[in-house]
Amino acid sequence: MFHRESGYYKTTYKGDMAFYPLPVGRWSVALVGFIFLVVIPLFLDPYYLSILCLISIAVVGALGLNILLGYTGQISIGHAAFMSVGAYTAANLITKLDWPFWLAVPSGGIMAAAVGVLVGIPSLRIKGLYLAIATLAAQFIIEWVINHTPAISGGVQASIEVPRPVVFGEAMNTEIELYYFLMAFAVIAIVATMNLVRSRVGRAFIAIRDQDIAAEIIGINVFRYKLYAFAISSFYAGVAGVLYTYYLSIANYEQFLIVVSIDYLAMVIIGGLGSVLGSVFGAIFITLLPIVIRIFMDSFGAFFFDPVILAQVTAQFRLILFGALIMFFLVVEPEGLNRLWLNIRNYFRIWPFSY
Amino acid sequence: MPDSTLGEADGGPTLSVEGVSKNFGGVRAVASVSTAVTKGEIFAIIGPNGAGKTTLLNMVSGFYKPDEGAILFRDRDIGRLKPNEIAELGIARTFQNIALFRGLTVLDNLMLGRHVRLKSGVFASLLYWGPAQREEILHRRRCEEIIDFLKLSDLRKTPAGALAYGLQKRVELGRALASDPTLLLLDEPMAGMNQEEKEDMVRYVLDVSAEWGTTIVLIEHDMGVVMDISDRVAVLDMGEKIAEGTPDQVRADPKVIQAYLGTAH
Ligand SMILES: Nc1ncnc2c1ncn2[C@@H]1O[C@H](COP(=O)(O)OP(=O)(O)OP(=O)(O)O)[C@@H](O)[C@H]1O
Ligand SMILES: [Mg+2]
Repeated sequence: MFHRESGYYKTTYKGDMAFYPLPVGRWSVALVGFIFLVVIPLFLDPYYLSILCLISIAVVGALGLNILLGYTGQISIGHAAFMSVGAYTAANLITKLDWPFWLAVPSGGIMAAAVGVLVGIPSLRIKGLYLAIATLAAQFIIEWVINHTPAISGGVQASIEVPRPVVFGEAMNTEIELYYFLMAFAVIAIVATMNLVRSRVGRAFIAIRDQDIAAEIIGINVFRYKLYAFAISSFYAGVAGVLYTYYLSIANYEQFLIVVSIDYLAMVIIGGLGSVLGSVFGAIFITLLPIVIRIFMDSFGAFFFDPVILAQVTAQFRLILFGALIMFFLVVEPEGLNRLWLNIRNYFRIWPFSY
Repeated sequence: MPDSTLGEADGGPTLSVEGVSKNFGGVRAVASVSTAVTKGEIFAIIGPNGAGKTTLLNMVSGFYKPDEGAILFRDRDIGRLKPNEIAELGIARTFQNIALFRGLTVLDNLMLGRHVRLKSGVFASLLYWGPAQREEILHRRRCEEIIDFLKLSDLRKTPAGALAYGLQKRVELGRALASDPTLLLLDEPMAGMNQEEKEDMVRYVLDVSAEWGTTIVLIEHDMGVVMDISDRVAVLDMGEKIAEGTPDQVRADPKVIQAYLGTAH
């Protein structure tokens, strides 16, 4: 949070490499943890808890996309499709084989990772816009396949109902239980990503993003590592898909259309490419945005618009604001909300001195 | 001078290039060049602009495949290997145009240079605590040694892209050294430096050679530097090797004088 490093000297490499080398940093994290784990569940009503549930799921998905796009520099417009692969894989395993969540969640992730690797194969040859188109194609192909294969999608409605996850014999039925369940996955995803990007594989991803020729010359097998990035990213997506399925109690392909892929792109761009904290900010921001717009429109919309068209305006308004925000961040602050946060923090770190 | 037909085990060449050619469209960038670099020596490649020096280095590091000829590293043909496979065998290089990971710190650049010496895979990296952390600490130690050696201690947490040009060149040397290479290829490590920076770099190159016995191939335009530090020199002109020998031999060679007449060097 807001603190200075002066007066602390790191005497071991281990200490220097810790997430939060300073006691005050660790205390800040502990405080945030306390708020989210104890205070919030006790005092928030179920409606707000359900928003936090959605944010937790989005955090997992956004981290996955950020590993691919922000850290490795490979674009994907098919993130939601990988989520759907996880969702339907798990839904089938849960309903047909009665698998518990601790098997269903990783299975959904693994299946999504496998599909992700397939989609990632062209990334050896094609970059940028061409890769974007290839992953866009994957989005539509996966959608189509799921929709047209009753064995996967469960028939006419292309949806499969699933029971709530059972943890230690207890079904996660209330919002509080679901909140803890989903939050646990978000925390695991955050920690795993922070670990990844501070060690060998994550560093190699960044090297590929920054200088793929130099990356190869220092001994990184660029193709293999791009596939790793696709696999890990899709694994996260698959897990997020399973979590969303548990949350909704149904797997439905309409929850994983191209617009959802765009939502996730917006999360990592607005939150901050190549930043774990940015992924979290982005997930919070993009999840809250439509809710805030709706509240705003419910309260003030009637002043500006005819009630007949209000609902339509609200829906369009969201898209327009979305586009404007993405453009704003791409042009003005490519490092996203994370950069804004760092600027604020640095301001206070040296306060009251300006240099 | 050891007999260059012997293998490395017998004190033969660390690197040998045999009749190597490379064409770009109509341009014959390298034309059947043969040479051998002995273990532990500092071997310079000189020649006018466009002579084919960088192209030759690019073939050794696997960036280009030779159209003809063979490249042997410690008796093994590496002409068809990919750059990352060649790096794993113990060849590291720097670039004529700096190619650092600009957004990463000096330390991370060096840790990346050491990539081939680390083992952690995806799962170990995601878990971190345990093998990956032990490995990070172990290799961090070696990178810190190199950082000390290159006097970069104060800059270890500075993004490489924020450094002055001369320091970036030094970090690039550090990144190459971080893999503990057997063979180090330096493409114009002193280009664009002021006199003081050049002297520092010369010192580092000599120290690397003396302390770790690293075999060094170096492309350089500054004749003073080349003549001072090289054990042997090869001269390229228009893709062909026109001379090879000790600095004194090369300096006296009429063909070399001819090639350099009228050029800016
Ligand atoms: N990728 C490439 N495509 C086409 N031509 C190339 C390529 N790389 C090098 N060349 C050509 O090959 C010749 C040799 O170039 P090279 O870069 O090896 O020269 P050099 O000796 O390193 O010169 P300098 O001292 O200017 O660095 C030049 O004519 C150059 O234009
Ligand atoms: Mg050159």
